[in-house]
Amino acid sequence: MYDISDIKEKAGDQIDGTSGTSGSDKRTEGPATIRMETKDLTVKYGEVTGVRNISLPVYNQKATALIGPSGCGKSTFLRALNRMHDLTRNAVISGEVLLDGKNIYHPKVNPVVIRRKIGMVFQKPTPFPTMSIFDNVVAGLRLVGIRDKNLLNEVCERALRQAALWDEVKDRLSSAGGSISGGQQQRLSIARALAIDPEVILMDEPTSSLDPLSSSKIEELIHELKEKYAIVIVTHNMQQAARVSDYTAFFYLGELVEFGPTDQLFTNPVHQRTEEYLTGKFG
Amino acid sequence: MQNQHTTGSIAEKPVSIIYRWLGDRIFLTVVVALGLSIILLAGAMAWVLTGESGMALKEFGVIGFLTGTTWDPGVQFRFGALPFIAGTLITSVLALAIAFYPAVAVAIFIAEYAPRWLGYIIENLVHLIAAVPSVVIGIWGIFVFAPWMRDTFYFPLYEWAANHQPSLLPVLGSPIGYGMATAIIILALMIIPFTTALTRDAIRQVPKEQREAARALGATKWEMIRMAVIPYSRGGIMAGAILSFGRAIGETMAVAMLIGNNNNFPFSVMGPAATMPSVIVNEFREAVGNLHLSSLMAIGLVLFVISLIVNLIAAYVTRKLSITGGQSI
Amino acid sequence: MKTLRQRNIRDYFMVGLLYVSTIVVLTPLIIIIGYVIVNGISSINIDFFTQELGSPARAMQGRPTGLVHTILGTLVVDSLALIIAAPLGLGAGVMLSEYPDHKLNPLLRVMNDTLNGMPAILKGLLAFALVVKPMGAFSGLAGGVALAFVMIPIIARSTESALMTIPWSIREAGLAIGLPRWRVVLSTVMPAARTGLVTGFLIAFARAAGEAAPLMFTSFGNNYLPNRWTGMIFGPVDTLPQRLYSLAISPYKEWHAMGWAAGVVLLVFVLGLFITGRVLTRQKFKV
Repeated sequence: MYDISDIKEKAGDQIDGTSGTSGSDKRTEGPATIRMETKDLTVKYGEVTGVRNISLPVYNQKATALIGPSGCGKSTFLRALNRMHDLTRNAVISGEVLLDGKNIYHPKVNPVVIRRKIGMVFQKPTPFPTMSIFDNVVAGLRLVGIRDKNLLNEVCERALRQAALWDEVKDRLSSAGGSISGGQQQRLSIARALAIDPEVILMDEPTSSLDPLSSSKIEELIHELKEKYAIVIVTHNMQQAARVSDYTAFFYLGELVEFGPTDQLFTNPVHQRTEEYLTGKFG
Repeated sequence: MQNQHTTGSIAEKPVSIIYRWLGDRIFLTVVVALGLSIILLAGAMAWVLTGESGMALKEFGVIGFLTGTTWDPGVQFRFGALPFIAGTLITSVLALAIAFYPAVAVAIFIAEYAPRWLGYIIENLVHLIAAVPSVVIGIWGIFVFAPWMRDTFYFPLYEWAANHQPSLLPVLGSPIGYGMATAIIILALMIIPFTTALTRDAIRQVPKEQREAARALGATKWEMIRMAVIPYSRGGIMAGAILSFGRAIGETMAVAMLIGNNNNFPFSVMGPAATMPSVIVNEFREAVGNLHLSSLMAIGLVLFVISLIVNLIAAYVTRKLSITGGQSI
Repeated sequence: MKTLRQRNIRDYFMVGLLYVSTIVVLTPLIIIIGYVIVNGISSINIDFFTQELGSPARAMQGRPTGLVHTILGTLVVDSLALIIAAPLGLGAGVMLSEYPDHKLNPLLRVMNDTLNGMPAILKGLLAFALVVKPMGAFSGLAGGVALAFVMIPIIARSTESALMTIPWSIREAGLAIGLPRWRVVLSTVMPAARTGLVTGFLIAFARAAGEAAPLMFTSFGNNYLPNRWTGMIFGPVDTLPQRLYSLAISPYKEWHAMGWAAGVVLLVFVLGLFITGRVLTRQKFKV
């Protein structure tokens, strides 16, 4: 028999040689501890620089919004946080990304393990279309060979409840993942990320392909999720950033222009660029 | 002033009738006539094959022809299609069974694992090999492959069976090299490039988001392929397999050169056999009796119907299992 | 529960399997091509391109024989096929791409795909019934018709996809300045798509040029050059694929060697056309 803490422990085992204990109890510490941190992070695609020298903290139990005009590097930065750039052929990364003080780009760290600790939700909903809703949610658990039906059921319900989707789909868990509405698909994608109990959740414009009603549901969800997780959300929508985030980082031309508590950045930006962007002078 | 004058005169200039409506009319008529002739052509194939096979089907009855096991153009003038239908289906099914996994493996290798330059080379090589004419494969089969198989596998196997398991001999058949087993292996080799190309096309349709979603869940590369790539492209892969099967059914020259051409049941593993296309190609030129010709046409009709069914199934599978816009249908 | 180690081992195992499969699959296929080229080139000599085949005795007595009539016949029959197939395929392709709303369109698409999926030997039977029977003789023309049946659906399909790559906005631009539809298609869309169209022709031509099955009982074969050039069209004609088959199944050693030579000539001819077609389209994408 397994239970959730068991999974986490085993997941901890899977993290390479660098870490002994990780995860579990840090969430109960003070509200503004740093969960992740980048140091001089630079991402290049061949000769082209995506982002340059970004140093940014990600606080635990807070939502951090990344804003900026399109092409400013905010998505590039986000994808560096769980080593998604490993999948891009010519991406080169320098600098450090620390998760709980450990560099995830350390040569001994396996990106597969990192991605289980840092979940990701994409712009478009990405349910696996041939899998049922249930199979979609527990896909991450099945990867590590968990077969126990009771545990899978339990995790599925927990994740779907966390993603505020349980009541809508509990009667048709066996129907196809693509058979529900776009907004529901996006919450399904979130549930799938939550099922493996990550520490950080990255969201890459999670509402940009959704209608306003579905978007506001996702935003509510972000409010609930940040009680428990560290969230980083890329958004092109400044109002959304203001509504959901505690911290905001403003990117421009591949550089981090300004970072601070959301209220402060929106009401009293330090840099002229930030103010110009926020007041709609460009972007 | 002057400018206005010029514009006015161009607009008022009478346009030739060709440019008003007649040209479009003629053009459409010609294009539709050409299109229509293709429709007629496909219809003609069904019509002609049915008409030409009338004599044989009347003589033996449709069921009688399909289930008849005797094919004797020399003495009895009796014609039954079952040996050839069976020969075609057995060789094609087994060839596909042999070819399917390696072909898909090559496609996955090209798409997911090979460095870009290598994938590019292999992909083009696969297309190139698919274009090699059947007779060219056949000549290699006749002079190199069949004798090699005979000396390396068939003879030793036959000898072993003769010494240890004589009861197996009729199943194995005579080890002359030209027979069912050789034909199946060559057929498998011939459809692999085809299956690979179609599978590669199917994998190409998998959106980047699906792959990334799997990787973001902490999937290893192979797990990503199992989780996101193969399920998403399964419709295309299935349709590709079915189309390859159709290809194997109609494959003529190499099979005719290697299968040994034995028109009579029972077939054996290594011994000679025949398929529908092989018997047509072998006997049509020399057929003299009208009943013989008509029977060969009737074989063609059976081949037509089976190919038609296979193509329709492939089209159905593509539609049924294909995934559009992240939503399954 | 699987440990990461187990999962990684599985990954390595699968990668290994994929490498092995790829090598196992590609090796024999490359060997085939290599064999044909090596054996073929060593069997080729100048007589091959200048002499007729004649009777088997001619080869066995060591007198010069060759396949000049076969090569000429192949060119004639293949050209006939292209002349017949090009307008039909082109017209159907234009109809599929430029008149998507025409009510015959779905039927045409289905019929064209059906025709494309039919074994080539059936196209030979059709040409036999439509041409050989009424004319009462095997002929180059019948062979050309049979190969045209092979080419038509391929040309129709490739024409359609070549024309579809031209954006609608180009057509609209033409119509907006008052050009009639036919003018837009003929002088704007088709020239813009010409590389794609040519590639389609080349690929279809290559496919048909390698087919032996439809020729066996249409152009039939001939060991000699016809006395007059019209014999190439109205009488039985030799073609490379069909001759290659006859040589390979013949009992004469000398003819087997000539078969390898015919094989390499056919291979170079077909693959040359094919590669030309592929290279043309690749350049189009580069520009």
